[in-house]
Amino acid sequence: MAAIVHLNDLTLGYERHPAVHHLTGQIEQGELVAVCGPNGAGKSTLLKGLVGLIKPLSGSIAWQNVRPQDIAYLPQSADVDRSFPISVQELVAMGLWRRLGAFGRVDRLARQKIDAALDSVGLAGFQERLIGTLSGGQMQRMLFARLILQDASVLLLDEPFAAVDDRTISHLLGLIEAWRREQRTIIAVLHDLALVRDYFPTSLLLARECVAWGKTEHVLTETSMQQSRSLVEAFDRDAEFCERGP
Amino acid sequence: MMAALYDLILAPFVEFDFMRRALIGSFVLALSAGPMGVFLVLRRMSLVGDAMAHAILPGAAIGYLIAGLSLSAMTLGGLIAGCLVAILAGLVTRHTQLREDASLASFYIISLALGVTLVSLKGSNIDLLHVLFGSVLALDDAALILLASISSFTILVLAVIYRPLVLECVDPGFLRTISSMGAPVHLLFLCLVVINLISGFHAMGTLLAVGVLMLPAISARFWCQSVGTMMGVSCVIGILASALGLIASYHLGLASGPTIILLAGVLYFLSLLLGPQGGLLWLLRRSVHLEG
Repeated sequence: MAAIVHLNDLTLGYERHPAVHHLTGQIEQGELVAVCGPNGAGKSTLLKGLVGLIKPLSGSIAWQNVRPQDIAYLPQSADVDRSFPISVQELVAMGLWRRLGAFGRVDRLARQKIDAALDSVGLAGFQERLIGTLSGGQMQRMLFARLILQDASVLLLDEPFAAVDDRTISHLLGLIEAWRREQRTIIAVLHDLALVRDYFPTSLLLARECVAWGKTEHVLTETSMQQSRSLVEAFDRDAEFCERGP
Repeated sequence: MMAALYDLILAPFVEFDFMRRALIGSFVLALSAGPMGVFLVLRRMSLVGDAMAHAILPGAAIGYLIAGLSLSAMTLGGLIAGCLVAILAGLVTRHTQLREDASLASFYIISLALGVTLVSLKGSNIDLLHVLFGSVLALDDAALILLASISSFTILVLAVIYRPLVLECVDPGFLRTISSMGAPVHLLFLCLVVINLISGFHAMGTLLAVGVLMLPAISARFWCQSVGTMMGVSCVIGILASALGLIASYHLGLASGPTIILLAGVLYFLSLLLGPQGGLLWLLRRSVHLEG
């Protein structure tokens, strides 16, 4: 399998304070990777860096044959304005942006795709509902439907199962499984370690630094978990400049 | 009866050329201000519109200092000042901790002070009143053509950027990951705000320009649930307020610009009470609920 992205001594952060510190590694095409770690470990930051929303402080992210539009990103709390008067169907249709662009008509084929996507996240019949009337879990499922329509080869999911009930989780896991069979690369930030052990062959345990990266059963061990908890420190206002060379 | 109605509604416009001009001017203004206002409301930029309205004042004032009450000079000055403030505020927001409303607020209050100072440097108080409250009854051919052009241009551009603009409002983070249109679309939208405020400035003056933009749009929110119908309803309310306002100002001898805005205010309160989307009277019906 060919590597789809190389991380070279990557440091990401905010206002020069690193949230992900000197991370090196690669992800292969078709891999299903779970990113785990305690709060503040830099998991979400890593995804934001991968999707290009924040630029590396140092090091680099090198995608191989992946264009920006091939990457779909489901943020942790999408900044969707829920008071905006837009229907579920219209919002989900935006997943077809790559095909429709700013002007393309939402034709019958598009409508069928939208219906199918809504159906597969269990929101059949919600087309005309305004997004403001959805519950938190339904909202998340709607965003998943949009993700399906994006038809991307790389999917970055930040806590995709937050506020989602068990039945829907197993349903969404089925979707993820299907994506993997289609050789899509999936990188998901997850907190439920049991779920990671059951479904994700590869894991990255992050605690600002990389604690362990590889086969899940080797990564999520008691020692590495303990190590990760001790590594995350408070935001240090007076931190020294990092002198570590590449 | 018919004669009385004729005297009340049609006679002012049939008899007086300036009333017809005022009617046409405020209609074309309402046509583009309606949809623009809807986006300002939905983007929570109601007060931003107000701030920008004041921001064009110093530019118009400099135009006035150079060329007196000249349409082109004041338009050009207002355009430059408005765009400058929009861009500066955007830059300050992007590169500092300040949010857009805060940075705009600081720019506009400076602009307002500067503008009033500049006008009073040369002009009389009458000129100052003209700049602050406009002159919908004194619109000449050139002004009408300017208003109509701005209106047409606005509607065309809105049609072109409609989808990314809606997405910019509802889920800007998503738009950023799928397209790089977000920032240019936002900037273009701010430019549209500026030119519509200049339209409003010629008709209603700086202080009330934002009224034709916001009041119909805010009222429309109480009548419908989709962006498209909101834009339509907002136009209709704007046109209604203009016509009724002009008629009322004619018969009661009131200043016409403020009367139009007051009528828009009346329509707002009616919407607030009667509108099916969250209108206050509908709250009374709440006690009956549906099966599922």
